[in-house]
Amino acid sequence: MTEANGHPGIARAERQAAPSPVGTGFFEPWIGRRQVLDLDDFTQAEIERAFETADHMKEILARPIPRVPTLRGRTVVNLFYEPSTRTRVSFELAAKSLGADVVNVTASGSSVEKGETLLDTVRTLRALGTDLLVIRHKDAGAPYAVARHTDLPVVNAGDGAHAHPTQALLDAYTIRERFGRVEGVRVLIVGDIAHSRVARSNAWGLTTLGAEVTFCGPPTLMPATALAVSRRGGSGQLPWPIHVELDLERAIEGVDVVMPLRVQIERQDGNRLASLREYARDYGINRARIALAAPHAIVMHPGPMNEGIEIDPDVAHGDRSVVEDQVTNGVAARMAVLYLLLAAGESTGTRDHGAETGEAEGPGHHRPGAASDAPSILDRRSVTPARERL
Amino acid sequence: MTRMRIHNGRVIDPGQRRDEVIDLVIIDGRVDGYVHPDAEGEFDQEFDATRLTVAPGFVDLHCHLREPGFEDKETVATGSMAAVAGGFTTVCCMPNTNPTLDTANDIAFVLAAGRRAGRARVLPLGTVTRGERGRELSDMAEMAQAGAIGFSDDGQPVWDARMMRLALTQSLSHTKPIVNHCEVPEIADGGVMNEGRVSDLLGLRGQPPAAEEVMVARDIELARLTGGRLHLAHISTARSADLVRRAKRDGLAITAEVTPHHLTMTEDWILGDWESTQLPRTYDTRAKVNPPLRRDEDRRALVAALSEGIIDVIATDHAPHRSIDKECTFEEAAFGISGLETALGSLVGLVDAGAISIQSVIRRLTLEPCRTFELPYGTLAPGAPADIVIFDPNAQWQVAAARLHSKGKNTPLDGHTLRGRVVMTLVDGKVVYERQGR
Repeated sequence: MTEANGHPGIARAERQAAPSPVGTGFFEPWIGRRQVLDLDDFTQAEIERAFETADHMKEILARPIPRVPTLRGRTVVNLFYEPSTRTRVSFELAAKSLGADVVNVTASGSSVEKGETLLDTVRTLRALGTDLLVIRHKDAGAPYAVARHTDLPVVNAGDGAHAHPTQALLDAYTIRERFGRVEGVRVLIVGDIAHSRVARSNAWGLTTLGAEVTFCGPPTLMPATALAVSRRGGSGQLPWPIHVELDLERAIEGVDVVMPLRVQIERQDGNRLASLREYARDYGINRARIALAAPHAIVMHPGPMNEGIEIDPDVAHGDRSVVEDQVTNGVAARMAVLYLLLAAGESTGTRDHGAETGEAEGPGHHRPGAASDAPSILDRRSVTPARERL
Repeated sequence: MTRMRIHNGRVIDPGQRRDEVIDLVIIDGRVDGYVHPDAEGEFDQEFDATRLTVAPGFVDLHCHLREPGFEDKETVATGSMAAVAGGFTTVCCMPNTNPTLDTANDIAFVLAAGRRAGRARVLPLGTVTRGERGRELSDMAEMAQAGAIGFSDDGQPVWDARMMRLALTQSLSHTKPIVNHCEVPEIADGGVMNEGRVSDLLGLRGQPPAAEEVMVARDIELARLTGGRLHLAHISTARSADLVRRAKRDGLAITAEVTPHHLTMTEDWILGDWESTQLPRTYDTRAKVNPPLRRDEDRRALVAALSEGIIDVIATDHAPHRSIDKECTFEEAAFGISGLETALGSLVGLVDAGAISIQSVIRRLTLEPCRTFELPYGTLAPGAPADIVIFDPNAQWQVAAARLHSKGKNTPLDGHTLRGRVVMTLVDGKVVYERQGR
């Protein structure tokens, strides 16, 4: 259940086999990774590295002054073409907690309004001295275009209905925190799967870690292939290694995690739902339905919640809910991502590199010694910003 | 009197059922006849076509030359240059320009631009409805008189069934085909690629095959009702081909075309090498085209239908765009592939793969399009205009988008190696293209 059909690819195998320059430890960087575009190309080891790092980040966040200077002198730009509160603030806090400078750019009030194209905006930001770009865009694939046309490290903070990898990381991290593992955990994702980047990224992340994932929702909000395989005599190939069940009562039975998705009220194009009332009746997560899940089951939600629609207020704030943990863990998980991409970045510095960097970033080309030089974020003596030690 | 001989080439002309190594004699821009390669004779010009294929110049029933209004994407001059570089001696261009080709004057403008460019014959289609707005019929009879060879609202469908019925009825008098881009907008629902596994994976809105098939079925029934002249543009699904097959079995005089890209590419081209290498998904905007690239099952069904003759014609749907129309997100990118210069190489690839014969490919690039639009070209029978393509079916070449003659460098084939390349193109016996560095 852990692998998609034909999913484990060459690059993944190589990355897994890449020699480790130092022993194991959270401060070891991801090898050969410059982007977090989605979790489909993550190995189990890479995700676990992120978790171990996030554990330490949580420890930092629990301190009286939750700051370390690890990324001092680095500039993280949050480029948000879509409204967002929690994801943007979460990235901002994560970067600041690591000592980085943060610049927030939103589509309104920037040159985007004057018609500047995405790639030109990114080129400008790069020339201004951006070290890492966090991008949210309404169009699927936008961060991929950015990653292809620039040499900047890019973190996808949500692209259309496609992917939201840091959300999936924090979801998996939260499950691990609750159950001590992700492997074997049964996760039910309910709702508007067709338009959900959270569902898609979780399908990759959770299954890579050995969880069993089921998609459930009204037929009009299911992806085409999910609908095709679920109907009577249906056939076809799902792009994700997951199960599909349209009936919520059947789907929820015995699961460990229930994750209702937000009904995108603002995106109700073409009456895909008869009414919100009917949705709440058929797919809302309430106490009666939670009772069908495993006795220890938890409820997660990527937020923001529409209480009374996809989730009952009783459940949203009840003892099964880990929604607030998700938010807290989101900062730690994003700190881990920024750290693993930037703190170990001596060999992947962006600003001073020309086109020749491409090859050196490949798997197995990691510069020996770079990782062992990386400062421990817990060691207050080794706080030299990575770039100054070049 | 100028006499010209094309020596020792393999002449494939489905219009004469000819496929043999022979010499072709041209006098004053017309085919005079054929002589044995060893025959003696005095000629003003002689071209050695040994090991090359000689065929009637290709005829493209569907391309976009963008003039007037979108001269930054293509002009009649650059587009017709691209055409002859791809072996096309006649190109029929779509009227979705700015303004759209709605009147006899508009038609005359494009015809004059084509003559001025002096490369391929450029034959415009006029709109079916004024401004392609789908509300009222254009003056089709007047445009036909001015030289429009067909009518289409291409770029979008004639979505209003009443308009389509009226247009087909009207075609009984001007006798030109009504060419419909079949896509029910409510079913396509803003989709930017085929709906299915890849669109689910990429989180992109898809248009299901039914968006096309429902309108193909509608138009076939309207053609049955009216007896009008229907030509289906760029069909792209297996079931569309089935619908055409059934209509033809019923004896309806409808015709259909398919593009080289729908015969050779699938929706997987948008993903890039993700499946085999785990490289990031490419969201390759160069493979964004409408109708969208479909599954391999559809592609194979289209090749089979073409081979059977169910689909009559191969047409490029050459759709040039500026680089910035493609260097953006997939959602924002324009639909279309620049296809005139890669058509032959793509199709020879199909022949090499054993999917179809070279004779059949040439037939569907020459004889059949001329039958479909009733054009006096597409064959090298004695007396016909000497519109000729000479190509090397074995020459391998690497596509370099930057070096295309078309202004539109938007091809997903950039960097790919193709086999089959045009060496020389003649229109009325005059060399309009000769490949440099032979």
